Amino acid sequence: MASDSIAIGAIDEPRQSASEWLHGWVTTVDHKRLGILYILYSLFFLVVAGIEATIIRIQLVVPHNHFVSPEVFNRMFTMHGTTMIFFVAMPILFGFGTYLIPLMIGARDMAFPRLNALSFWLMAFGGLLLYFSFVGGNGLYGAGNAPDVGWFAYAPLTSRAFSVGHSTDFWTLALLVSGIGSIGTAVNFISTILCMRCPGMTLGKMPLLAWLNLVMAGMVILAVSPLTAAQIMLCVDRYLGGHFFDTQAGGSAVLWMHFFWIFGHPEVYILVIPCFAFASEIIPVFSRKPIFGYPVMVGATVAIAFISMSVWAHHMFAVGMSSYGNSFFTITTMIVSVPTGIKIFNWIGTMWGGKIQFRAPMLFCIAFLFQFLIAGLTGIMLGASPFNWQLTGSYFVVAHFHYVIVGAILFTIFGAFYYWFPKMTGRMYHQGMARWHFWLFVIGFHLTFDFMHIPGLLGMPRRIYTYEPGRGWDIWNFIVTVGTFVQGVAILFFVAGLIWSMFKGEPAGDDPWDAWTLEWSTTSPPPYYNFAETPVVESRRPLWDIKHPEDPDWKYE
Amino acid sequence: MTSAAITHPPDHTDWILPSRGRVGMYVLIAAESAIFLIFVVAYIFYIGKSEYGPMPKDVLDLPIFNTVCLLSSSLTIHLAIRALRDAKLGAFKLWWFVTLALGTIFLIGTGREWYRLIYEKGLTVNTNLFGTTYYSLVGLHAFHVTVGLTFIALAMILALLGKVQPEHSERADVFAMYWHFVDAVWVVVFTVVYVVGR
Repeated sequence: MASDSIAIGAIDEPRQSASEWLHGWVTTVDHKRLGILYILYSLFFLVVAGIEATIIRIQLVVPHNHFVSPEVFNRMFTMHGTTMIFFVAMPILFGFGTYLIPLMIGARDMAFPRLNALSFWLMAFGGLLLYFSFVGGNGLYGAGNAPDVGWFAYAPLTSRAFSVGHSTDFWTLALLVSGIGSIGTAVNFISTILCMRCPGMTLGKMPLLAWLNLVMAGMVILAVSPLTAAQIMLCVDRYLGGHFFDTQAGGSAVLWMHFFWIFGHPEVYILVIPCFAFASEIIPVFSRKPIFGYPVMVGATVAIAFISMSVWAHHMFAVGMSSYGNSFFTITTMIVSVPTGIKIFNWIGTMWGGKIQFRAPMLFCIAFLFQFLIAGLTGIMLGASPFNWQLTGSYFVVAHFHYVIVGAILFTIFGAFYYWFPKMTGRMYHQGMARWHFWLFVIGFHLTFDFMHIPGLLGMPRRIYTYEPGRGWDIWNFIVTVGTFVQGVAILFFVAGLIWSMFKGEPAGDDPWDAWTLEWSTTSPPPYYNFAETPVVESRRPLWDIKHPEDPDWKYE
Repeated sequence: MTSAAITHPPDHTDWILPSRGRVGMYVLIAAESAIFLIFVVAYIFYIGKSEYGPMPKDVLDLPIFNTVCLLSSSLTIHLAIRALRDAKLGAFKLWWFVTLALGTIFLIGTGREWYRLIYEKGLTVNTNLFGTTYYSLVGLHAFHVTVGLTFIALAMILALLGKVQPEHSERADVFAMYWHFVDAVWVVVFTVVYVVGR
């Protein structure tokens, strides 16, 4: 905590020694500290996995490049994907949820604070386990170090015969451990949201962030558990000589694909629904209007959750399912775009006629709306099974899902950072740096991922180590790599801006955005008890009611 | 702005939310059900797909006694908690001990069955697909029984030390939800492994 300027926050703690300070953070069960630990941990891995992506792109910048060896290249794309999904995106969203949910529902902590700490440390050690493979993955055979089987680790690539050494075991165990942590987090989210709401906050008056995280946690329960089960099976195969995915003994490689994607597709929605939640909090505040169609937003989210549990095999059109299977998964994939479209409509409806303030969080959310729409359109293209047969496993697919994960998910996460940074630290972010971050990231993102569609359409497969010149792929790969570096510079602005603002930022005050949900009613940063008095709410916008006693919301809801 | 309290209209004296222990346990049971579902799907998918023996019909016997023991432990844990709620501590300790004993008999029965299969019938995890799926599914269930028995034994020790009182009946009840779930899973495992799969 800085000592040079105005005292921030209401925490009156005596000065601590460094070891007391560290002990306090390591043993904490406070949801705010755990939330910040989650976020810092994910930011660290964001940089690590970003460096891995950069290595991939440098390797592909020109044909016949030998920047890294083929073995290292395989490890890089495997570790990049696994890290980004399991140790960046999930923990960062769990971190925001852990930090914000009790504050937004007027509670003093989560339902199970110690489970909360357990979940965080399971996930943290899962990440360490994955990266320990660089040191310990050689195993007795002296073969391989980091996992190199791709992030969905198809059988039989993961069998002992094709994956000697311990690298795949590190991958399996890391996902098993962090998966159990995720299930713990989900149990905690649901119990907190259902059982800890402050008086007056009926389900229909909860902030959308709480609603959407409730739905997300339900999806974690139903989708991460199958992954955990599949990892146990893979462990049985690798350690005990089982035959679950061993085709020579009658096992089925396709069964692993089903089990993985039963997790894998809902996972996309597990990641994007909390981002919908950020957008649903940020867009109304910076449009100065209440959210348009609150009940429809909730209903659409629940509909997405339901439908997305039945679309998984659209990742598998090319393995030769029956025509009924192909038709079913094509139709469900098309249907999931309907509630998603409703949500986009409602966000635009919220902005319509509002007094829009183009602050950094809002900029990121507006970019999210456009980019998520495009990601959805290429998603519909890939959801049509005949089209999918043509482009499966190509860079078109890579471009599509990065449009979702970067263009939609990462953009709203950045928006959420700038929106809640004043609450978490008590200081305003550096606005100039935030704008540089936004514009550079938009430019870098579009350079990379717009142009990545084209080599995919021209037939460039994903995960190839290098390629022949003269196939028309060269210029596009070059542009894509240039875009990667622009994004890297943008991330430098982001990190530098955050660090600068931590120590030198303007004191933000309790409610810098003139917002309406309960977290803005306490100090910034909030005291460890969150609220001195348990709040009582009458509407979806309790702070509006306080600020406008002559015209409160509860008269109209 | 220092407070979010809004006292108009003030009618929240009857603000009651569900018990977090129960909700948490329901959610955990949902997650566990999903894990078991995947194992059951794998088991059913691989019925009859083993390339070589031993086959289920050659080696499996119906574990009727075991099943009766485990299922009746659901009844005894219910009786134990009802006794605890009514502050009949003696009856609680008795029924709780019977639950512990029945669960232990089940585990011993599973152990004997596995011993017979491994040493007499030569069926291990890596013998064939049947072995892989059988030991995984039954083992996953036995693992859950073991976890449950650990908690029951812990509570038994605490009860003998006089630390379990009627005010703990709510917690015991939340644990009993887990135990009932483990029993219900056995019904599914029994049906799939010993009836359908044989």
